[in-house]
Amino acid sequence: MFKKSAVLLVILAFVVALLPACSATSNTIAIGTIMPISGPVSTYGIQSRDASQMAIDEINAAGGVLGKKLQLYVEDDEATPEKTVNAFTKLVTQHKIVALVGGLTSPCTLAIIADAQKRKVVLVTPSSTNDTVTDAGNFIFRACYNDSFQGQVMAKFAYQNLGAKTAAIIFDNTNDYSKGLKDSFTAAFTALGGTLVDTESYAKGDTDFNAQLTKIASNKPDVLFVPDYYSTVSLVAKQARTAGITVPMLGADGWDEIANNAGDEVDGCYYSNHYSPDANDQQVKDFVAAYKAKYNAEPNALAALAYDATYMIADAIKLAGSTDPDAIQAAMMKTNKKFVTGQISFNEKRNPVKSAVILELVKGDVANKPKVVYNTTVNP
Amino acid sequence: MVFLQQLVNGISLGSVYSLIAIGYTMVYGIVKLINFAHGDILMIGAFCGYYAFLWAQGSASPVLAVAFAFLLAMAISALVGVIIEKTCYKPLRNAPRINALITAIGVSIVLENGARVIPFMGPNPRQVSIPEAFKGVFALGGLTISKVQVLTLATSLVLMVVLTAFVQLTRTGKAMRAVSHDMDAAQLMGISVNRIVSITFAIGAALGGAAGVLYAMNFPMINPYMGIMPGLKAFIAAVFGGIGSIPGAMIGGLVMGVAETLTKGFISSKLADAVAFGILIVILLVRPSGLLGKSAREKV
Amino acid sequence: MKKKGVDFLLLLGSGLLVYCLIASLAWVGVIDEYYMQLLSVAGVYIIVALSLNLITGFTGQLALGHAGFMSIGAYTAAIFVMRASLPLLPSVLLGGLVSAVFGFAIGFPTLRLRGDYLAITTLGFGEIIRVVLNNLEGLTGGSAGLQGIPSFSDTGNYTLDAIIKFSWIFAFFVATVATISNLIRSSPGRVIVSVREDEIASTSMGNDVTRYKMIAFTVSAFFAGIGGGLFSALIGYLNPSDFNFLYSVNFVVIAVLGGLGSLTGTVLGGLVFTFAQEWLRVLGDFRLVVFGLLLILLMIFWQSGIMGNKELSITGLVRRIFRKGGRAQ
Repeated sequence: MFKKSAVLLVILAFVVALLPACSATSNTIAIGTIMPISGPVSTYGIQSRDASQMAIDEINAAGGVLGKKLQLYVEDDEATPEKTVNAFTKLVTQHKIVALVGGLTSPCTLAIIADAQKRKVVLVTPSSTNDTVTDAGNFIFRACYNDSFQGQVMAKFAYQNLGAKTAAIIFDNTNDYSKGLKDSFTAAFTALGGTLVDTESYAKGDTDFNAQLTKIASNKPDVLFVPDYYSTVSLVAKQARTAGITVPMLGADGWDEIANNAGDEVDGCYYSNHYSPDANDQQVKDFVAAYKAKYNAEPNALAALAYDATYMIADAIKLAGSTDPDAIQAAMMKTNKKFVTGQISFNEKRNPVKSAVILELVKGDVANKPKVVYNTTVNP
Repeated sequence: MVFLQQLVNGISLGSVYSLIAIGYTMVYGIVKLINFAHGDILMIGAFCGYYAFLWAQGSASPVLAVAFAFLLAMAISALVGVIIEKTCYKPLRNAPRINALITAIGVSIVLENGARVIPFMGPNPRQVSIPEAFKGVFALGGLTISKVQVLTLATSLVLMVVLTAFVQLTRTGKAMRAVSHDMDAAQLMGISVNRIVSITFAIGAALGGAAGVLYAMNFPMINPYMGIMPGLKAFIAAVFGGIGSIPGAMIGGLVMGVAETLTKGFISSKLADAVAFGILIVILLVRPSGLLGKSAREKV
Repeated sequence: MKKKGVDFLLLLGSGLLVYCLIASLAWVGVIDEYYMQLLSVAGVYIIVALSLNLITGFTGQLALGHAGFMSIGAYTAAIFVMRASLPLLPSVLLGGLVSAVFGFAIGFPTLRLRGDYLAITTLGFGEIIRVVLNNLEGLTGGSAGLQGIPSFSDTGNYTLDAIIKFSWIFAFFVATVATISNLIRSSPGRVIVSVREDEIASTSMGNDVTRYKMIAFTVSAFFAGIGGGLFSALIGYLNPSDFNFLYSVNFVVIAVLGGLGSLTGTVLGGLVFTFAQEWLRVLGDFRLVVFGLLLILLMIFWQSGIMGNKELSITGLVRRIFRKGGRAQ
């Protein structure tokens, strides 16, 4: 009984596996996106996918590109590199995509860059900040700034604007983003003449930082750099205040949304971000309003970056006048336009040349609800 | 001074591990099952605490709010624990242990990911709003200890004393010990094994839920995966203390908490997790039955 | 003797047949690169799940750290290929050997114990490996991962590359099946299975149970390492975070789904698992809930899995067909 059903099952599996998948028809241009739609960081992935789709819809409504409609093919990578490779293979072989928006996290993107370069697929990652991502070749671009830049920005801000002479760092040793920022902050801060009095680490999922913070408190730094995402930062900040660390804490774009997830303890802290939500910029306002109308949610910074990345690709195809990969690549290099996340052009390493804003958290009108205010802009 | 402060940190962390470890050890003592889902019960308890604090915000006195949080968390966790036992583990009581263990892993996966898709839990981390009265620190000389840490220690102690009294002094407690010693013989003596197993699960889960509230107060950022690491570490604590032994679990939890904190504070924060699991392997090498466990020969 | 020879030829022939069929379908484009990729991934999963089945299905000891052994094999192979410029084949074999050494070292203290201790120790071991890989930055790239691991081939023809990739994995798959099935049919293998059936009885028959558990566990670690080595070349990128507890559970699920104690079951389980993972993606975040429920339901209602502990025997099938054919004439 079981034998028969097993054999049937396998035959069925193969038959379904062999069904030819439909590919893009000739009057559309296929764009792919690989995002974590499920898994631990799915919130970011879903927002990024939605923002990309919104950009595609807007472009199509305005007449498309080269007289054709753009078609977005979405694949889920669950934020694992292995699945990203499978998804990329699917997109290039079955949908013949000419360009890709993705992946979200650096490890996922790192797993496919070599292949994308080899197959000449223009890849624009909206949010992978690892420095080495764009080293794979001239077809790999990114819409966000990289870890080195953000670490430098914060180190410069701490040393020059805050007058800090000593700093301490607490970072996630199992997270590439956190570690990258730690490295660049350390290098830049010591190069400026500052001293790092303590560097402590923890692992993903840790919640108890009392031991590390007690140690940091005993070393009395002028600032504490906490390069991680808001959910961890919120815990670190509370415990840091309990441990008697009263100096300002500094962070990077992972702090986006910290204001909604922390209380008084983050007052007087600073972080760098891609754009300021309270900016009086019409483009930002339009984007936020359109996103809210469509998905009934406040877009985060990663959504804005995915939106920009999609527009960059569409513009490049327009400029190239064809879907020839080399022509699109050349057109991408000529990008120089104001996007939601700022004026963007690419340097020779295909990293965007754009400025970072420093945001400050101040005591809000409601108790225990900090407010984000624009502090300064740091140019590259 | 820093050393003393680290010791305080370690004991406070350890008392949470102890509470979780007791749940593991009780269940293991009775049904010989490593209940992988126990860490997720902690998560459920934490979410109950989150909502309790949200509802009680501003209106009730802070002490009442905390009491309400504990009651809610313990009741719901106990319910979930019993449901899991009845639906998932009971059918497998006479199956090979490996099957029950795999089922426990399945339950854990369902709870974690189920919590992600349930709208009022969801995938995003949530910030727990602790009553204002429980914020802040006590300063004793150069040492600081937060109010929540004091509450954690006190609650853990009270719960452990109550539990020990229950197991040692009541009829049900006696029956639990009998079932733990020999399930078949206990059944022959007229003890309703099913009832005792359910009670054990309920108590174990209730303690897990209480630990969840304490955990959420200590580390007020909660998410569906939050139970995995404390669960694993508490399990190691249970093995360290001698799995099946309640005082062993208490001591094991404290030792784990202190060892972890001292490693982070004085050796290297990068190696903390490796040290925790290293301890486990060393114990299994040196004293497989744990600190207070009895080494029982398997009878034919 | 003669029967064995015929059986061997039959197995070899059917293996070749399956391989040629898939390779030629891929060559003409019926199976595209994406499905070749999935079949290759399935191959790696099956190799690791087979190794797990040896210790869990045949020896009756639950191991929850096979992702750890896999990661040792993967990193060892990748580092030898990239840093020592060793060819892929010896690197993969070295990966297996290093993993086996670790298996031996872990198994030595724990396999003396009975019950669930192996499950917990292997789980702990998997976690320690991750911490170590994260901290050995110079060698492993730490949390940024190891990127740019060369693939099996780079001919410039993507279809050919996909077939070559599949060929490597298929060859190792056949070798794994052959080794494990021979092992469990040998006299040490009989002892290994007796441990699963009744450890105490086996001991009282005078068997050195710990020694045979060690053999099974070390061989198991070896093949998990081989699977890891192939994985590194297949994906081209390694990150310690990916070899976590849940990843180990995947292999348990494959072995359970196919049937603990059945090699052909594991093969079917691996194929079903890999393809189901891709197709169930439409479920989004519900996918893992379904996955967990499936595991529970399997354990309660369908403990035997697809195959139970039986095997789908090709030689048996051929014989039966011939016998039937003979009768019909």
